[in-house]
Amino acid sequence: MQLNDFLKHTSEWLKGTGPNSDIVISSRIRLARNLDKLSFPHWANKTQAVQALNTVIDGVSKVNYLKGSTVFKLADMDGVDKQLLVERHLMSLEHAQKTENKALIVDSEEIVAIMVNEEDHLRMQVMQSGFNLHEAWGIINGIDDSISKELNYAYLPDWGYLTACPTNTGTGMRGSVMLHLPALVMTRQIDRVLAAISKLSFTTRGLYGEGTQATGNFFQISNQVSLGHSEEEIIENINGIIRQIIDQENQAREVMVSRNRAILEDRINRSLGILKSARIISSQETTELLSMVRLGADLGMLKDIDRRRLNELFITTQPAHLQKLENKKLSTEDRDLKRAELIRSRLNL
Amino acid sequence: MICNLCGKNPATVHLTEIIDEQMNELHLCEECARKKSAAMEQQFGLSDLLAGMAKDETVAKDEENVTVKCPNCGLTYADFKKIGRLGCGECYNVFKKYLAPLLKRIHGSTQHMGKAPLKGAKISKKRADIQELRARLQKAVESEAYEEAARLRDQLKQLDNKKGINAAE
Ligand SMILES: [Zn+2]
Ligand SMILES: [Zn+2]
Repeated sequence: MQLNDFLKHTSEWLKGTGPNSDIVISSRIRLARNLDKLSFPHWANKTQAVQALNTVIDGVSKVNYLKGSTVFKLADMDGVDKQLLVERHLMSLEHAQKTENKALIVDSEEIVAIMVNEEDHLRMQVMQSGFNLHEAWGIINGIDDSISKELNYAYLPDWGYLTACPTNTGTGMRGSVMLHLPALVMTRQIDRVLAAISKLSFTTRGLYGEGTQATGNFFQISNQVSLGHSEEEIIENINGIIRQIIDQENQAREVMVSRNRAILEDRINRSLGILKSARIISSQETTELLSMVRLGADLGMLKDIDRRRLNELFITTQPAHLQKLENKKLSTEDRDLKRAELIRSRLNL
Repeated sequence: MICNLCGKNPATVHLTEIIDEQMNELHLCEECARKKSAAMEQQFGLSDLLAGMAKDETVAKDEENVTVKCPNCGLTYADFKKIGRLGCGECYNVFKKYLAPLLKRIHGSTQHMGKAPLKGAKISKKRADIQELRARLQKAVESEAYEEAARLRDQLKQLDNKKGINAAE
């Protein structure tokens, strides 16, 4: 697969399908794994880093499920291409920044992505659309089993999978669910909800993971604890908390519709109006307005809005995607023009 | 008054939320209220790590003098404290004594209960014991043998506080 093929293709997690997809955008399971005896990436010298890279790529290539995958060697890629992979949530920003002896392995459906030599030798993820951690776990568990036949993982029976950072030791698993919570934000309940979540040892992040701010009503909730519980137990814990947040968002939506229907309809339709007619628009404004339009579609206030097309716009209006679509480097000003043009063409069908 | 959630039972629990500067009253039947809070309580089990366990002073003093290097990768515990990352899998064996309390503080446990690689991994004795005790506890609760259940719960707690079988004491 070529990088340009990604542009013709909707990521699995953006399909707008799956359970509770009116509130839950996507579900992701990430596993951290390391090779036995080899120094972890940050501590490895050049020879060891090259050895880890080759060992992982070689081992993974023998796994049936990953046969058609593409291996991106990050040191050989240009900035926009790397940014594109970050915007598609296939790898972290950190992985795109320090690129020596690092790789990304992606299957043709963009369901599985494996970062090689990020913080750990392997960081593999599976993303699914909607509220679907169990299915994501089923897929990644099988892949992990297969890889574990090809590679020797660093593992202790008492402490599980050994990771560079002790916060990941044990299962090495992080389950994350991306939520769209406009009603909790608008009714100013979100701070209370997020405070409760952090007390329960879950973390909240923005759209692009670690260290990013939650923007445009999107919130990513993940488990913090990875040792002492089985993967299934951890997933059940996350599911429990997500179900409660979904209930609260639904309640807040009902309250808004019953009490402030006119105000809400006004905001939603104005948002759609701006998107359909703007000539210059920033990435942040786009995200905020798309969030309102999505809410309108979810509440049935806007008919004829295709959720999948909306989801795609969240990604295709990002800087690297715009530049790949135009096939050239664009200044911020040019991007704001092109972005507005793209949105008009997609929403005025 | 009828419960706002199920719309069937009489509401006996009354909550007030403030939404957008307006008071919002929630009236629930006992069952719905309990379901709501039971789900919350279950989650709280995980949060004991946030209780902020006091750092073990003997360990803290000992740490200052650590000159032991991981024979596999050359990392010292002082390196780890500086960069917050271990050097290789072998470091976990070398620095077990310091890592056990740290893992306990972060995760509230020092016993892996998840999967194992298909190749060459064994399940530890301690873990097998925990699993057996948990199964017996569940049976005891189901058959309402509460004294037995309390005893098993104490045993589980003790086991959980023990460091891994190979841990240096
Ligand atoms: Zn009820
Ligand atoms: Zn080491």
